[in-house]
Amino acid sequence: MSLELIDGINKIHEFLTSNIEAAWVVSLIEYVLVGLGFLTLYALIALFLIIFERKICAYFQCRLGPNRVGPWGIFQVFADMVKILIKEIIPLKHNDKLLFYAAPFIVIMGSLLTFGGLQFAEGVHGVDFNVGVFYLLAVSSISIIGVMLAGWSSNNKYSLIGAMRSGAQVISFELSACLSMMAIVILGGSMNLSDLMAAQEDVWFIFQSPFTVVALVIYLIAAHAETNRGPFDLPEAESELTAGYHVEYSGITFGFFYVGEYCNLFINAAIGTLVFLGGWQAFHLPFAGCEGFNAVMDAIPSYVWMFGKTLLLIFLSLWVRWTFPRLRIDQLLRLEWKIMLPFSLANILLMAIWVALVK
Amino acid sequence: MKKYFTDIFSGIWNLLKGMKITGKVLVSPAVTECYPEKRDELQPKERFRAELTMPHNENNEHKCTACGICAMNCPNQTITVKKSKITDENGKPKIVLDQYLYDIGSCIFCGLCTRVCPQGAIEFTNNFEHAVYTRSKLIKQLNKPGSKKVEVAKPAAPAAKPAQAGQNEVAAPKQENENKQ
Ligand code: SF4
Ligand code: SF4
Repeated sequence: MSLELIDGINKIHEFLTSNIEAAWVVSLIEYVLVGLGFLTLYALIALFLIIFERKICAYFQCRLGPNRVGPWGIFQVFADMVKILIKEIIPLKHNDKLLFYAAPFIVIMGSLLTFGGLQFAEGVHGVDFNVGVFYLLAVSSISIIGVMLAGWSSNNKYSLIGAMRSGAQVISFELSACLSMMAIVILGGSMNLSDLMAAQEDVWFIFQSPFTVVALVIYLIAAHAETNRGPFDLPEAESELTAGYHVEYSGITFGFFYVGEYCNLFINAAIGTLVFLGGWQAFHLPFAGCEGFNAVMDAIPSYVWMFGKTLLLIFLSLWVRWTFPRLRIDQLLRLEWKIMLPFSLANILLMAIWVALVK
Repeated sequence: MKKYFTDIFSGIWNLLKGMKITGKVLVSPAVTECYPEKRDELQPKERFRAELTMPHNENNEHKCTACGICAMNCPNQTITVKKSKITDENGKPKIVLDQYLYDIGSCIFCGLCTRVCPQGAIEFTNNFEHAVYTRSKLIKQLNKPGSKKVEVAKPAAPAAKPAQAGQNEVAAPKQENENKQ
């Protein structure tokens, strides 16, 4: 009896193929199931992260956090979800209706597309591209169009300033995030996530080269800035801009932005895990005589590794968020263009030399 | 160029220091008290300002002279001092307190009133359970019905008073407190 998810998925596949004649019907059913699975997982992860963040933030402030609904308040998010679902969507006058209502969908679409490109456990992933890393980077940038549209179409100066800041910030930091991942692509020799996973079977990338550590730090900072979270939360700086680009949104349209923000937190951490920390690969010691240890590590299912490491990165991100004060926009851009970008470029160069010499 | 790198690394070091501090806070126990569950064990700090009161002694006497300084200093006009002029047995006019009204609904618990009261007649207590059903119930009369001001013992040597009056101004009420309680 294996604990791996892929076995369960294969059983479902066998069950369907043995009961249904037409192959296309099986495929159709499976597509629907996969789609539903992804959407459910997406929503559940958002809910989990919301309660996780509220709890962690409470502990950072010596509070208890939500503790009334359910044990330790874990059902608080469901109450909040129901509340936001039944809230009124307040229509605005004098704004661009089409763009205004399209914006949340674009944001959530970009986030969902990225989510679909991730790997969650051994063999459990939506698509296996040969340009997986590139795909993740590309579609995760779609959200910013939604953010800009939201700010623009709200016809409100706060939204507009927030969206402009968000645009400047996300586009700048994406550069560093991509470049730091390119260093890994050089090391792994592939953009395919499955190949990268296979290359990390014995040793995670983070332990393979000193430059991956630099790349990881750069990636974490850049990814953190891309999610618009403190100390880089100036697009939503509540003390200056009320709430930034989503100030005019209410009800479920706001909920989309909110869910998208939390899922992006997960997605960024998951990409970091996949690319730097070995994804769903167990922790192995590549020395002789460590077979017993490796076997014990292998006994832990791959999705536990994946989600455990992701949670660790998310926790790090929350720690940063609840520690540092907000940056000014010029400091933010200085950090990117004058510090992180030169570092990541130099890092790529050094990584290429390392790969040429050591490997 | 050197400064560029030292700036970056000292910056990272400082950020890590900050994270160490918040990390310590993370593992320290929460200070929140669970209110209805632990109601009996709650121990508010002594200086916690929850409700203004006017202490009365066993003879139903308070120390308020109805001077109105507290009401004057209150930033929110939370305190209303209603007073009237009477003539005492010696035929001298005298101001007495009729009603000392305190509207807890507008109090910001700044504590200015207790601080300025020259008689030390009012003080804050720890009773924080103020929930009532109507706002009118938030207005409380602090002097108990039928209460009167404590009779202050006349200074023993009236002749010496004018000279010392300035210095004794602050200390005097305190002495009286000790005498009377
Ligand atoms: S409480 Fe104190 S300050 Fe206020 S009227 Fe009475 S004596 Fe004066
Ligand atoms: S605590 Fe401040 S606001 Fe409240 S009654 Fe006293 S002076 Fe007024």
